[in-house]
Amino acid sequence: MNILYFLVGCSVLMALVFLGAFFWAYKTGQNDDTHTPGIRMLFDDGIADEKSEEDHFSS
Amino acid sequence: MQLEKFTYDNRIVRNFGIATLVWGIIGMTVGLLVAMQLFKPAMNLGSQYTTFGRIRPLHTNAVIFAFVGNAIFMGVYYSLQRLLKARMFSDVLSKIHFWGWQLIIVSAAITLPLGFTTSHEYAELEWPIDIAITLIWVVFGVNMFGTIIKRRERHLYVAIWFYIATFVTIAVLHIVNSFELPISFMKSYYVYAGVQDALVQWWYGHNAVAFFLTTPYLGMMYYFLPKMAGRPVYSYKLSILHFWSLIFIYIWAGPHHLLYTSLPGWAQSLGVAFSIMLIAPSWGGMINGLLTLRGAWDKVREDVTLKFMVVALTAYGMATFEGPLLSLKQINGVAHFTDWIVAHVHVGALGWNGFLTFGVLYWLIPRIYKTELYSKKLAGFHFWIGTLGILFYAVPMYWAGFTQGLMWKEFTPEGLLKYPNFLATTLQIIPMHVLRSIGGALYLTGVIVMTYNLAKTMLSAKLVANEPAEAMPLAKIIVDSSPTDKAWHRVLERKPVKFMVFSLIIILIGGMVEMMPTFTIQSNVPTIASVKPYSALELQGRDLYIREGCVNCHSQTVRPFRSETERYGEYSKAGEFVYDHPFLWGSKRTGPDLHRVGGKYSDAWHYNHLMDPTSMSPGSIMPPYPWLVEQKLDTTTTARKIRAMQTLGVPYAEGYDKQANTDLKIQAEKIALDLKQNNIKVKSDREIVAIIAYLQRLGTDIKANKETIPSNQ
Repeated sequence: MNILYFLVGCSVLMALVFLGAFFWAYKTGQNDDTHTPGIRMLFDDGIADEKSEEDHFSS
Repeated sequence: MQLEKFTYDNRIVRNFGIATLVWGIIGMTVGLLVAMQLFKPAMNLGSQYTTFGRIRPLHTNAVIFAFVGNAIFMGVYYSLQRLLKARMFSDVLSKIHFWGWQLIIVSAAITLPLGFTTSHEYAELEWPIDIAITLIWVVFGVNMFGTIIKRRERHLYVAIWFYIATFVTIAVLHIVNSFELPISFMKSYYVYAGVQDALVQWWYGHNAVAFFLTTPYLGMMYYFLPKMAGRPVYSYKLSILHFWSLIFIYIWAGPHHLLYTSLPGWAQSLGVAFSIMLIAPSWGGMINGLLTLRGAWDKVREDVTLKFMVVALTAYGMATFEGPLLSLKQINGVAHFTDWIVAHVHVGALGWNGFLTFGVLYWLIPRIYKTELYSKKLAGFHFWIGTLGILFYAVPMYWAGFTQGLMWKEFTPEGLLKYPNFLATTLQIIPMHVLRSIGGALYLTGVIVMTYNLAKTMLSAKLVANEPAEAMPLAKIIVDSSPTDKAWHRVLERKPVKFMVFSLIIILIGGMVEMMPTFTIQSNVPTIASVKPYSALELQGRDLYIREGCVNCHSQTVRPFRSETERYGEYSKAGEFVYDHPFLWGSKRTGPDLHRVGGKYSDAWHYNHLMDPTSMSPGSIMPPYPWLVEQKLDTTTTARKIRAMQTLGVPYAEGYDKQANTDLKIQAEKIALDLKQNNIKVKSDREIVAIIAYLQRLGTDIKANKETIPSNQ
């Protein structure tokens, strides 16, 4: 069952990649604000909507 | 800093949308055709190219990689540009991605009916197509990460994380499950054998469900649902939390597809434990989605796109609750190999993937055409007929699953199997299969109505191919940090991409290094002295068994239950499969298990059964295989196949490849003679002789030598 070591290795490596990505996200402040991104994405359509986004942040 | 003007590429979104519709109809029509063959075998149109074993993989591949695949790309290309405030990295790559993917689908639609298949479920495509998939997937990745680099929005919205996870994991899964040794242009053998091959396949199979049918759809849900509802996701924090937990846990659950097989027990238990844990992150996503609609349920009443989303999320919740339950050994013991599993996956496929796709299509197409949907009434009709279709599909299939699973296990008070004839359990559920195809037909009707509705919408307006947008460029420097910090930050800023690419390369190199011992050192799968490699004729017969897709209906693994050993014979041992490239355990018993079929019936019985199954088993729903008599066995490949097997470590004698065809002829003539004595005239060079030879060999190695098998293997 050598394949188990290979698959476990693959899975662990993938998990490490994701762990690295997680640390990157954490360190660069991706997760610092867990409120506005959810709202901001609602205003990303076309040029007309850009205004409303600015309004949102200035208020 | 100046506001930058740019445009979003809507044409590529539209193209993927149209491809979704076209392949959706084709894939589901083939699904309906295979469903009908399960109660009316004549629906195979009397042709080998449209017989269940060959087109069932066509159905699964078409709906997964063509319908859902194109829908993913549609959703990703639409949302990624807007979330990152940037046009896709390269229009050329977008085009290559689109046409490359369609070409792959077309080649699948041609090769699968022709019988070119690796037999690994959802990875049936042969090696040249596997390479094409890899290349196109890389194009997709470059395009996506390129867009991420040139983004104008620093924060990566949670949907993008789901897309990244999809890309990385599918790349690794596809490569690991495609290690094949080519024999000819359209034929290859997996380098893994038996139980190891089974583990690789279901590690892939399970995670393909996770990272092709789940994570990209969760990403799309997190983008499109808030947009449709006009309100932010219930908890952004929860979305991040459940993303990370989901991707860390999913990878380990694959072995639950192999419970009670000869996979080592600890690996089975590991798979079960992680499957149970999966409930938490899965339901985190479902609850987050449904709660996004809190206080907006009045909108759901009015808005058909939201209706689709609600049913999709509910189906996701049900399927991800049922999945862990099915991975419990006690429940799996009844459910595995039955229609219960088919019902389970279709709740996910029809409900979660299908309905979410429909919701997104109804929302997105009018937007990129800057118009209104042609008919809201028709969309409403689609919703109800689709929902009804799901119910008509799922309920009879659950019923059929319970019925058959319990019938297989039922004993009389005297301790004998109550239904010793497998066919009795098949005939019992035929009404359910009829109802199921009615459900499928309803669902397909809905999709056709949607296609009409969307076509009318598209024809009534002009596509906004390049939608203007504007945004500030990303600030180069992050405020309030010391100079050294700045540099450090800047390096990190560009890191996710480099990081992903490098880690992927490292994974692959590391993987190859780890693979080597598997190839060169003798594997520690318990070997059984009496298990010998297949003879040349049996090997050819086995490849015909693969070509005809017998594995789609017949398993080859007897589980260690009394109900199974009574019915089929001695349970299967890992050591019996060491020369099986690929493994053929199967995942569904539409017909009986075949692992111990060798020697059970005469050659003549097999001949008559293959020519007309109902002559030997009245009422059988297996189709006849007359072309096996008409077609001559291709023996030009024998030597190459033997050499390939030797390369993979199968202990054929040195130089056996040269005399293999002589051996083959001797064995074939023996079988032809045996048939002749039973008044069946058949030439020894026909395919049917090879497949009979293989069937007669199945599972017989340990019958001859019983005392050598320790009980723990």
